Amino acid sequence: MSQYRLEVRVKPRPGLLDPQGKAVHHSLNSLGWDGVSDVRVGKAIYIDMDAESADAALEAVGVMCRKLLANPVTEDFEVSLVGEAKDAGS
Amino acid sequence: MTNATAMPVPPREGDPEITAEVVADHGLSPEEYERVQRIMGRDPTFTELGVFSAMWSEHCGYKNSKRLLQLLPTKAPWVIQGPGENAGVIDVGDGFALAFKIESHNHPSAVEPYQGAATGVGGILRDIFTMGARPVAVLDSLRFGDLDSGRVRYLFSGVVSGVGDYGNCVGIPNIGGEVQFDRGYEGNPIVNAMCLGLMKHEELITAAATGGGSPLMAVGARTGRDGIHGATFASEELSEDADESSRPQVQVGDPFTEKLLLEASLELIASGAISGIQDMGAAGITSSASEMAGRGGSGVELEMTDVPVREEGMTPYEILLSESQERMLVVAHPGREDEVREILEKWELEAAVIGQVTDDGKFRILENGKVVADIPALPLTDGCPTYEREGKEAEEITALREMDLSEHMIPEGDLTKTFLLVLGSPNVASKQWIYHQYDTTVRTATTVRPGGDSGVVRIRGTNRAVAATTDCNGRFVYLEPRTGALAAVAEAARNLVCVGALPTAITNNLNFGNPLKAHIYYQLRESVLGMRDACSAFETPVTGGNVSLFNETDGKAIYPTPVIGMVGVIDDVSKITRHAFVNAGDDIVLLGTNTGELGGSEYLYVTADLVAGEPPSVDLEGERALQQAVLKMNHEEVLNSAHDCSEGGLVAALAQCALGDGEAPLGIDVAIDEDLRPVVSLFGESQGRILVSVSPENTDQVLALARRYEVPAQKIGTVTAADGGFSMKVRDASLSASMAELADAYFGAIPSIMDAPEGSGS
Amino acid sequence: MKVAVITFPGSNCDYDLYKAAQQVGGDATFMWHRERGLAGYDAVLLPGGFSYGDYLRAGAIARMSPIMADVITFANAGGPVLGICNGFQILCESGLLPGALMHNESMKFQSKDVFLRVERADTLFTADYEAGQILRIPIAHGEGNYEADKETLEALESEGRVVFRYVDSSGEKSEGANPNGSWHDIAGITNESGNVLGMMPHPERAMEELLGSTDGIALFTSLVASLQTS
Repeated sequence: MSQYRLEVRVKPRPGLLDPQGKAVHHSLNSLGWDGVSDVRVGKAIYIDMDAESADAALEAVGVMCRKLLANPVTEDFEVSLVGEAKDAGS
Repeated sequence: MTNATAMPVPPREGDPEITAEVVADHGLSPEEYERVQRIMGRDPTFTELGVFSAMWSEHCGYKNSKRLLQLLPTKAPWVIQGPGENAGVIDVGDGFALAFKIESHNHPSAVEPYQGAATGVGGILRDIFTMGARPVAVLDSLRFGDLDSGRVRYLFSGVVSGVGDYGNCVGIPNIGGEVQFDRGYEGNPIVNAMCLGLMKHEELITAAATGGGSPLMAVGARTGRDGIHGATFASEELSEDADESSRPQVQVGDPFTEKLLLEASLELIASGAISGIQDMGAAGITSSASEMAGRGGSGVELEMTDVPVREEGMTPYEILLSESQERMLVVAHPGREDEVREILEKWELEAAVIGQVTDDGKFRILENGKVVADIPALPLTDGCPTYEREGKEAEEITALREMDLSEHMIPEGDLTKTFLLVLGSPNVASKQWIYHQYDTTVRTATTVRPGGDSGVVRIRGTNRAVAATTDCNGRFVYLEPRTGALAAVAEAARNLVCVGALPTAITNNLNFGNPLKAHIYYQLRESVLGMRDACSAFETPVTGGNVSLFNETDGKAIYPTPVIGMVGVIDDVSKITRHAFVNAGDDIVLLGTNTGELGGSEYLYVTADLVAGEPPSVDLEGERALQQAVLKMNHEEVLNSAHDCSEGGLVAALAQCALGDGEAPLGIDVAIDEDLRPVVSLFGESQGRILVSVSPENTDQVLALARRYEVPAQKIGTVTAADGGFSMKVRDASLSASMAELADAYFGAIPSIMDAPEGSGS
Repeated sequence: MKVAVITFPGSNCDYDLYKAAQQVGGDATFMWHRERGLAGYDAVLLPGGFSYGDYLRAGAIARMSPIMADVITFANAGGPVLGICNGFQILCESGLLPGALMHNESMKFQSKDVFLRVERADTLFTADYEAGQILRIPIAHGEGNYEADKETLEALESEGRVVFRYVDSSGEKSEGANPNGSWHDIAGITNESGNVLGMMPHPERAMEELLGSTDGIALFTSLVASLQTS
């Protein structure tokens, strides 16, 4: 077993209205950042976990996303490994 | 129908060819498609097919319900606007008018409970403010399966958050509603939202497009691909894999934009720069434009490339059928487009001219100046075929109704335990867990908050108030639809008189299964007939509403649920009564009689897992007398509290009066001696009963008033201090419990299920 | 006594606040967030609601509104500023008050009447109350859980800047009395000089017996009286 740190990025599905992104976009424009053409607001979730391998950790977190972390109807997710693996026992 | 025929339109490049399969996918029968061809005088284009499909869906065209709905009474001297507009409108006195309507969002909520419920609230708010009225209150009428299912808990908590977050953000108080949990709703939650809006009579505006050449403007949010074919979707059964296949249809609500749109719309209407305004709700631009043209007896011409869109590459078909939220279609007076733009800009919203009203009676769609759809407008809106079907009661329902219930008349074990079990059933228990998530006091007008018999909002600047309630016991309707519908209307009226409001009008939401099935059509027809009889008897005409059919999953239909949203008027806010007992020492008087039914009761559901038996009968004359008597007592100011008896029976009603909102509970000492089994006395859900508490010096007057209206009345006990506990004698049986035990059961029921650590998600 | 009620896009208690100010004799005026200039005003009220939908963070976008520069100048010159609910959140985001309002501990919106104890009756917002008085006032918020760093919290307590605290109906700290999990049951605080008050409960909803409570009236009469005597 090793320990892994994973980052989950949850974001609104493409094409779906993102009211939060829209309001932030509008505000950035009115503050003078005219070049901003789109804003989408998602969230990042950091997970530390023990797993047999990096692949196993990625797979497990993918299941977590489908089950709980992301709403499959409105959100997409990406999972990536961000932390170095180290022995859980050490 | 007009004689206008469609001009030839070549197929648009990239559009699918129209085959029998494509027609079927659009929810049109071969006969309906032939009717389309007759109206068009040719084959429709793909875009045109989409338009017909949406407009002739049950959701927009009411094809299975229209003929039945025509049976309902809709007129009264106080009705200003009956069915057919965005909302009904009645006179409520002192120059004020009340716009109100209920609408369902069942199918979207089954797929994505939070957004489904939120956008349901958004839609009903827009129906109200497009009449020129400012929304002043929301109610929500909800049905779910039993809370022991994780999926149901997920749906329930998502729907409550969705209803709450949307209304809270826009700033409209929630003043009541109802929720029922029963396995009959396991696969298909019911989410109905009702809104009330107030205006001065002269502020009323309707949604008709008149005046050839008047510009049509799209106002508010941009059009995206969300919810395409939502109206058709809402008119089909859900299949097991609905969660997957329905994904692209999810609409996302933006209550912040809605708040801006609300303020902008009311300012637009006040400015006089527009002549009509309508929400782009179900079937989006298609329904709003064609309905406005239909009402105005005119035509419309829309240029799709002028519609502000959120995504690139949208086809006319997609733009026309998008159900993106928080959008309006506005008919401006020619030359005043800039005024409209300025008002929208102030509220940080967009407005774009997307077409104009025409005189040729056509619904015409252009893309870069090229015609992609050309449909006679009137047959599109009014030519939807309507059906009357064979209805027949399902045999198993007859059997359920005739079931012998005598074995359930003798309680197993301790009566007090059974009582606490019924009181702690989520159907009877306190709904604070729900309405504590709803802002109930914003706008500083809420006079009776959720938790009472009806919600009440006062009309500022007058001595008046309006009251509203939503009611329907689906079990009763399931067991006997006509009686159940009578009971729904009767209960709504009782809930209004309990706060001192005169029942005035209703909006209805007919939630049923697939009407193509004979036993479902039977439920629909019988319910409408029951509603007709009760509304006539109570002089509460129907001013509009909503029909939601095909609420089935894998062939299993919901209980037939014709929700009644009833509004009432209070002349003098100082005379409002509430449901909770207020003084120890007061007499408790029961108005009405127990007619001895146990059928369809919460007791049977909780103790025997049964939905069976004859539902309680409804005596319309007796109900009317009861309503008049209670209103008279309210007027004479001799009541300290009033509460309707419903789910859980007399004993549940007594407990609710004793506990109130939990802050200042009082005890009771009550004795019932009637010729019924104690279980029936306590838990039977006979209609036509109201519990009142009265200062002892007024008891004789209350009893005399009851006699005058020929309403049975008897003093059944007294209110005691809380430490006296809850004590009842029923013939030779008795039950007693401390108020703390009652409070635990009543207030703890829903939180103990929903806030438990494992209680989230499925 | 001229009072400006600032309306941000998404404010929804502006009308209630306007009515409350009027009820006690204040000459209230609505100001749209894009308007500028507070000269001539005696007090500024920031209403509750969901400015910009509470997107990003409650109050985070509203504090960028043009009028907020003027509100900050007004407050720094000693002018009285009252922020209620979303108004409190905007005051924290803009730096006029320390700390931040986090999601309620329950993670749910909470709407009900709560009881508050008046901790300071010597501020310009509370002079018509008595210290220790118990008020019944509605709340309606999802993010009212007051939090700040340790030094700030210690300063708030030692300088007596906690004006209202959640208590039970008998005035005692108790389980369940605090609706959002705020540190030390904080419901309302002032800035160092006492001219800026932020609070989560809604006194403007407690102005009439008909609606359930009149305990909010004294807050507005205090403010009006302080302006007339100053």
